[in-house]
Amino acid sequence: MIGTGWAHTIPSVTAAFTASSVEFIEALTVILAVGRVRGWRAAIEGSVAGLALLVGIVAVLGPVLTRVPLGALQIVIGLLLLLFGLRWLRKAILRSVGVIKLHDEEAAYAAEMARLRALGHRPGRDMVAFTTSFQITMLEGIEVVFIVIAIGAGGAGLLLPASLGALAALLLVIVLGLAVHRPLSQVPENTLKFVVGVLLSGFGTFWVGEGIGLSWPGADWSILLLSLGFLLIALVLVQIGRARLAAEVA
Amino acid sequence: MGWIAGVGRELAGLFVDDGRFALAIVVWVLIMAGVARYGGGAYGGAVLFLGLAAILVWTCLSATSAHVRRQKPRRNSG
Repeated sequence: MIGTGWAHTIPSVTAAFTASSVEFIEALTVILAVGRVRGWRAAIEGSVAGLALLVGIVAVLGPVLTRVPLGALQIVIGLLLLLFGLRWLRKAILRSVGVIKLHDEEAAYAAEMARLRALGHRPGRDMVAFTTSFQITMLEGIEVVFIVIAIGAGGAGLLLPASLGALAALLLVIVLGLAVHRPLSQVPENTLKFVVGVLLSGFGTFWVGEGIGLSWPGADWSILLLSLGFLLIALVLVQIGRARLAAEVA
Repeated sequence: MGWIAGVGRELAGLFVDDGRFALAIVVWVLIMAGVARYGGGAYGGAVLFLGLAAILVWTCLSATSAHVRRQKPRRNSG
């Protein structure tokens, strides 16, 4: 039985907050472009509509999942978290090595603005602006929803901390976006993705293990140990990868 | 229907972008589920973690090696 002590709650809130920050920053880039090029009213309406739908999904799915037998839930959610978390961690490692390019928010912002300008304007309600904001909010937000629900389904009382972590990230990104009025390109996005990948891989491994009947010494504290294990391996892989690329350049 | 397929592809893309990597993870979990049925022992969790870590190491080193090969200038033959 998974508890909800600090060993579980703190990583849950941290993972939800960090992952949500990454997704909301990417959504903010597009919404800022929409607002700048096509007007703020439609940009805000589209993103608010997307957020409302996402909140509704969490409100409905979250409590429903707590009624599913825990063992089956742990295996399915754990496996999905493993696939999601290890995918993020793998890409974060390869970005750190230099195999994959770092995500450039400024370039994405400029490209989106050029695309929106090229579409032109029609009289009446700007549905291009509304749907662009709505789609990016849904696209980035669905990953937040998955993480919040997956973490929340892991134990009684975890849905609220995970939701609060995501909400805190949303408020922070909104405040920063209003203050800066530019894409948040200074945020170390790959570092955040690294952290999210490590935490979600740890969570996923723990829950899959619980679901299939393996024992974990230290119960919930194993999540922290697993995350630390993935972090150490990832850091070593980054060093090995960089050394290989440096040797090729030399 | 095209819209639904697009949403489905987006959702699938959250979990799978390298098919071999995802398949290796699923296969390893299935193997450990089989092991657990016969009593995974005190070290079952550690073995699960080590297998996943090995898969992560393999895929990252493979991707790095492939990148290094792509960066090498092509040698003209003949």
